[in-house]
Amino acid sequence: MTQTGTTTVKRGMAQMQKGGVIMDVANVEQAKVAEAAGAVAVMALERVPSDIRAAGGVARMSDPAMIEAIMKAVTIPVMAKARIGHTAEARILEAIGVDYIDESEVLTPADDNYHINKADFKVPFVCGCRNLSEALRRIGEGASMLRTKGEPGTGNIIEAVRHMEKVNEQIKHVASADPEQLMTISRDLRAPYDLVKQVHDLGKLPVINFAAGGVSTPADAALMMNLGADGIFVGSGIFKSENPAKFAKAIVTATAHPTDYALIAKVSENLGKPMKGIEMSTLTEDQKMADRGI
Amino acid sequence: MHVIIGVLALQGAVSEHLNMVTACGATPRPIKNPTDLKDLDGLIIPGGESTTIRKLLVREQLLDPLKGLVQNGFPVFGTCAGLVLLAQPESLAGLNGTVVRNGFGRQRESFETELTVAGWSKLFHGIFIRAPYLSEVREPAKALVTLADGRIVAAQQDHVLVTSFHPELTSDTRFHQYFIDQIVTPSLTQAS
Repeated sequence: MTQTGTTTVKRGMAQMQKGGVIMDVANVEQAKVAEAAGAVAVMALERVPSDIRAAGGVARMSDPAMIEAIMKAVTIPVMAKARIGHTAEARILEAIGVDYIDESEVLTPADDNYHINKADFKVPFVCGCRNLSEALRRIGEGASMLRTKGEPGTGNIIEAVRHMEKVNEQIKHVASADPEQLMTISRDLRAPYDLVKQVHDLGKLPVINFAAGGVSTPADAALMMNLGADGIFVGSGIFKSENPAKFAKAIVTATAHPTDYALIAKVSENLGKPMKGIEMSTLTEDQKMADRGI
Repeated sequence: MHVIIGVLALQGAVSEHLNMVTACGATPRPIKNPTDLKDLDGLIIPGGESTTIRKLLVREQLLDPLKGLVQNGFPVFGTCAGLVLLAQPESLAGLNGTVVRNGFGRQRESFETELTVAGWSKLFHGIFIRAPYLSEVREPAKALVTLADGRIVAAQQDHVLVTSFHPELTSDTRFHQYFIDQIVTPSLTQAS
């Protein structure tokens, strides 16, 4: 009996991406630069998060023609973003055959009550989370992979650090709890009991969790890997830097060797300017993407 | 006999293979640079993105040492991306065969199925993720698993074992045990 779209092949796809870097690309040329640098996948979107911030307005799924052109240009997996709760955008992305869908707070949410019922798709989904509550709710909806939300398009790592530390701290709490405490924890986290129980038994999340939202240097990537990230998403950090090809390659090396600081020092030399970045306190509440889709 | 099995740890499903090696009673060792290869009895190349792993092998100056090991009869087991690297003449050239990358299509075509392994009485659960296959293998390589449509998804050439699918994503240790018992252990006896 041959089966496609199973939980195992959807989660397994994320397992194959571990220790790698997934790069946001806005066209075929950038996708080729990412592949040549050693990216494990590319995220095809018309504007990287910092440009979405700058442009304002409603950010939607990218033009399918642009995504398909990238799918033809590279042999590594291609991911694309759908708006939170926008089942039709996700079905369109599935129909053109993208390898992974990011139900993403970087785009303008389409539904502020419900996320997409991701279990229903053959194509796997990745979702952002700031804490274990969000993580387990997204897994409950069928997400096969998670990433920290961080604060996209800021080039500032602090939010991704906060989110990764929060998830880790909450996992430790659940893992060390007594069995009779798990239902109360489930109530307090507003997360499904069976997933709380799984985290308790495994001592970790049942899916892969990457870092995202603010990674802009090789050192940022190493920091997140050493905090326990399974891999790295880089949004604006590469193609908003002075030398994208060198930045991309250096971030790949740092992600593969996150404790080899002599090597990371070497690849960080003379990279040129990273993306400019934004200090968190200068963002107004409605400019914070991480608060979307909780 | 105590056996140390390296798992190439540049990218991909590394921890899954390390756990399988432990479950087989051998000692696993993550391999990140050429010095890690010392006193190793066998090597596993995991699933991951073959283009990424290949680029990192070149960057860390591991491609030539590994190719040397493979050419000199060192036991190597590759799954998915590992199969691609072992079968590509421009990579490790360890198996005479023609590899088709992403041979079953994109992620939505990834699948699970039961497999008949040559010489094994029980079926093996195959998990295929954007998997490659071998369109043919040439002597001395032999097919171990061939799908109904003729695509070869597991093969062996002397000390080189490859699968298109991911035994490391199951709890079935038979391929890892076969590698250790039938390929790694005999190579140690020969050497001593």
